[in-house]
Amino acid sequence: MNAIEVRALTKKYPGFELRNVKFTLPEGCIMGLVGENGAGKSTLIRLILDAAGRDAGDVRVLDTDNRSSGFVKIKDDIGVVLDDARLPDSLNARQVGRVFGDIYSKWDGAVYEEYLKRLDLPEKKRVKDFSRGMKMKLALACALSHDARLLILDEPTGGLDPVVRDEILEILEDFTRREDRSVLISSHIVSDLEKLCDYVGFLHKGELLLFDEKDRILEEYALARLPEERLEALPEEAVHGVRRGKYGAEALVERRLVRPDLNLEKPTLEDIIVFFARGDKQ
Amino acid sequence: MNIILSNQDPRPIYEQVGEAIRAAIISGELGPGEALPSIRGLAKDLRISVITTKRAFEDLEREGYISTVPGKGSFVAETGAGMLRERRLSEIEEHLRRALALGRSCGLDAAEVQNMLKILSEEDI
Repeated sequence: MNAIEVRALTKKYPGFELRNVKFTLPEGCIMGLVGENGAGKSTLIRLILDAAGRDAGDVRVLDTDNRSSGFVKIKDDIGVVLDDARLPDSLNARQVGRVFGDIYSKWDGAVYEEYLKRLDLPEKKRVKDFSRGMKMKLALACALSHDARLLILDEPTGGLDPVVRDEILEILEDFTRREDRSVLISSHIVSDLEKLCDYVGFLHKGELLLFDEKDRILEEYALARLPEERLEALPEEAVHGVRRGKYGAEALVERRLVRPDLNLEKPTLEDIIVFFARGDKQ
Repeated sequence: MNIILSNQDPRPIYEQVGEAIRAAIISGELGPGEALPSIRGLAKDLRISVITTKRAFEDLEREGYISTVPGKGSFVAETGAGMLRERRLSEIEEHLRRALALGRSCGLDAAEVQNMLKILSEEDI
């Protein structure tokens, strides 16, 4: 079974277009969606949830067309945290729990309380007095307390300190200990996703430039450091991005297309993405 | 069993995981027939991808260190440990032979090379 299947998805806004996006996230896997601000990450997530209407393409979530009548039931199995999802300001955590209890049929108050404790969230403080990190943790607790099979998180770690980010990642690891649970998480903090994810998608100006198993991406590409005049000797189809410095150049290359005796380094996911984005500018 | 992963290590993560398990099998820390942690559980505990971990296990299986029973998990192969030890022993032999040859090439006899090895092993402790 697939957690998410997206085919030829297209959406036009004035001045922005999400073009022909296609990927499949198998059940039990974590997918990291990366891309700079404005690349279309939130748009893609809204389209997957059918919270924004698409212009073309198909989306299936947990094996159900997101425009079919059956999708209403499937929504019960999805936990969502959107970056601008505002929780009711005047309520406290306990009251927020009650609201969510009315929305989700499988809401589990005990699990929710456990998360509040684990995440150090006060039950009686009003949400409007929460810090940004606390709000995000509360939204996450809500998304995790109804036995969801799929979590969709839009920038859950954005603007949070490293300690809280680490807590959130740990919770996601625990959530996916069961193999019928999947996660789609977007972030522009690539290092957060580098270890966690099974799949990585890189969205750039509305196009999914890269989607593959993370391991394969990290293996396929390499960083070559070399004097600038030797750049030209690289096969053109092997080079995905170049950075020219005063004292030498760096190029992101496809390993299998260059000579093995070249001085190659293991890139980080961040390197790969930055070079892909730069390659586009040249 | 300790599995220490390093980002500085030039080897990919799945190789580091595989090597740690291999070392535990060869040293006898994981005995023949002993169950390995589940792929998913290990991935989550190490905070790495499930696919990465799966790949490490597939390599170990191909090399004969472990066997996987669908639905039950992975186990240290019965013949694995002995065979592996054997393989490592012959590797050691090969290195020692080369050390002796190198020694001969600069006029050291076997006793002198032995003495070097003794000094080195004492340093190691």
